[in-house]
Amino acid sequence: MTDTRGRIESISAGNRLEIHLSGRWEVGYAAELEIALAQLSPPVDQPVLIDLSGLDRLDTTGAWLIHRGSEALRSPRRSVTLSGARAEHEQLIARVSGLYQPCEIQPPAGNALIRLVARLGENALTVLDTAASFTAFIGLTTVTLLRSLLHPRRLRFNAITVHMEATGINALPIVSLISFLIGIVMVYQSAFQLTRFGAQIFVIDLLAFSVLRELGVLLTSIVVAGRSGSAFAAEIGSMKLHEEIDAMRALGMDPVEILVLPRILSLMVVLPLLVFTADVMALLGGAIMCWISLDIAPDLFLQRLRSAVDLPTFWIGIVKAPFFAGLIALTGCYEGLQVSGSAESVGQRTTRAVVESIFLVIVADALFSVVFTILGL
Amino acid sequence: MSGPIIRIRGLCNAFGDQIVHQDLDLDVDEGEVLGVVGGSGTGKSVLLRSIIGLNTPAAGHIEVFGQELTGLRGDTRRRLERRWGVLFQDGALFSALTVAQNIEAPLKEHLSLSRSLMDEIAALKITMVGLGPEAGSKFPSELSGGMRKRAGLARALAMDPEIVFLDEPTAGLDPIGAAAFDELIGSLQSQMGLTVFMVTHDLDSLTAICDRIAVLAEKRVLAIGTMADMLQQDHPWIREYFHGPRARAAGVGAGTNGI
Ligand SMILES: Nc1ncnc2c1ncn2[C@@H]1O[C@H](COP(=O)(O)OP(=O)(O)OP(=O)(O)O)[C@@H](O)[C@H]1O
Ligand SMILES: [Mg+2]
Repeated sequence: MTDTRGRIESISAGNRLEIHLSGRWEVGYAAELEIALAQLSPPVDQPVLIDLSGLDRLDTTGAWLIHRGSEALRSPRRSVTLSGARAEHEQLIARVSGLYQPCEIQPPAGNALIRLVARLGENALTVLDTAASFTAFIGLTTVTLLRSLLHPRRLRFNAITVHMEATGINALPIVSLISFLIGIVMVYQSAFQLTRFGAQIFVIDLLAFSVLRELGVLLTSIVVAGRSGSAFAAEIGSMKLHEEIDAMRALGMDPVEILVLPRILSLMVVLPLLVFTADVMALLGGAIMCWISLDIAPDLFLQRLRSAVDLPTFWIGIVKAPFFAGLIALTGCYEGLQVSGSAESVGQRTTRAVVESIFLVIVADALFSVVFTILGL
Repeated sequence: MSGPIIRIRGLCNAFGDQIVHQDLDLDVDEGEVLGVVGGSGTGKSVLLRSIIGLNTPAAGHIEVFGQELTGLRGDTRRRLERRWGVLFQDGALFSALTVAQNIEAPLKEHLSLSRSLMDEIAALKITMVGLGPEAGSKFPSELSGGMRKRAGLARALAMDPEIVFLDEPTAGLDPIGAAAFDELIGSLQSQMGLTVFMVTHDLDSLTAICDRIAVLAEKRVLAIGTMADMLQQDHPWIREYFHGPRARAAGVGAGTNGI
């Protein structure tokens, strides 16, 4: 195959500079052609003739380069003529030069300092805005929930069961595994400390109290926030992006009722059950570890467990679960509905959904501790 | 290059039980504008996606630029992909990039051009497809449907391809814009020898710029030929299509050009 790349040759003929262009002037060779054109620097008053008769193929980028190159050479003291072009090449160059209008590539960025200050203020206001609109969203959801309770047919049990499977049953393996391992780690760590005081048996008290009251529900909520909170935000967010939410509104369908309520209700049902599983698995892991490392047989473990904790301790963990579930689902759905514009926004909102819901869960957990202390539980 | 620029033989496509194409043959010649028509759901978009390799056919051969496409990977494939541009039915712009950045995306990927040249090429393509220069810094979500279509075309033309695949390019454009679009495609075709594979229902486009028309029906190319050939066909669907009230309104078959 012969070399067909675009080429430039310049020859001084008499007092005139002749530039011969040949080969394929295409976008693929544009980088080298641009450099070659920029290297042409004839004396200021030498007339230039650009000969296009050798061109094989010319595309719009090539045409633009020729136009740009000839304009760069042109000056009051130097004439530049194009000659020898085939009719279609001449048309293309004329078209390209006639059409070109410079344009902005990105929205103007502005002064860096001003941007920094503006961003600071913007972020501060966003926090307030988010707080206000999230509160409004909670209100809206509550109202919709109450309205649906009056017409139970509108509760969409099908959707609820589908979400229960996705957020509950499918989460069982990971939740079980994590809590089992946590049970093992708890016993292992506390056994080491407590044996020094000869108080091995209190390992069971420590394990039972921390798992049942706090760890079981917190860990499960964090796993579920990462699994389902993010899924809610991403699902609703990409629906928002594809105008599906707008379509629902236009068809007189209420997105809160159709998308948000089933997710919230299913998670509120499922999370307590997951927490129960987590409790059992953590105690199981702890029991096995007690047996292996402390030689506490399972029957002794159970006996001690029964005397160490009472039923309210168990319920304190479980009772928090529906509240945490509500927070996680609300945040996920809220952030999903806030998506706008680009695919990037789906990612940002999903991240925010997870971070915010974990944060809210921990804040709520702290509030619960205060309340339970006041109640003397 | 001798022979057709796109050569399809015995193409079969199926989704589950649903057979979309069966033993489909089609040739596209270099430098021609081929219009592909057919009822909704007859597999025009699937055909286009198969040619550009987004859809793996169940059977058959597809050659583009004389090279068999199936099984082509890596660098050879990328070199081939540089030589065509695609406008998807719904634009498919990158939502995180501005219009100008969308156009620059393939340039950045395949070439190492200077910043200024790249910006100029983007600006040129933007005005070429009939967008105002202010559209360059806008994000796809800030554009109207028709503007998104034009921006998609600008991106398809970014690499000055030898073939462009257009999926219903004039749908959603105002008639003036659609005519300007036809004019743009026609002039690029005559000035650069562009080959155009265009799925369209726009009878004006079909008469104005298509050299040949391929009718997709009954899972294959039912008929292919010039507008005059189409008017001669007696298959009921083809008759209905080219002799229906809309065709008459567009001046098809009236002996004069549609525009
Ligand atoms: N990814 C897919 N999975 C399953 N079926 C598909 C898929 N893509 C297309 N189909 C089916 O293939 C058929 C052809 O679809 P295609 O999009 O090619 O239609 P079309 O001819 O482009 O129609 P239109 O003019 O409405 O754009 C349709 O019946 C569609 O349901
Ligand atoms: Mg289609």
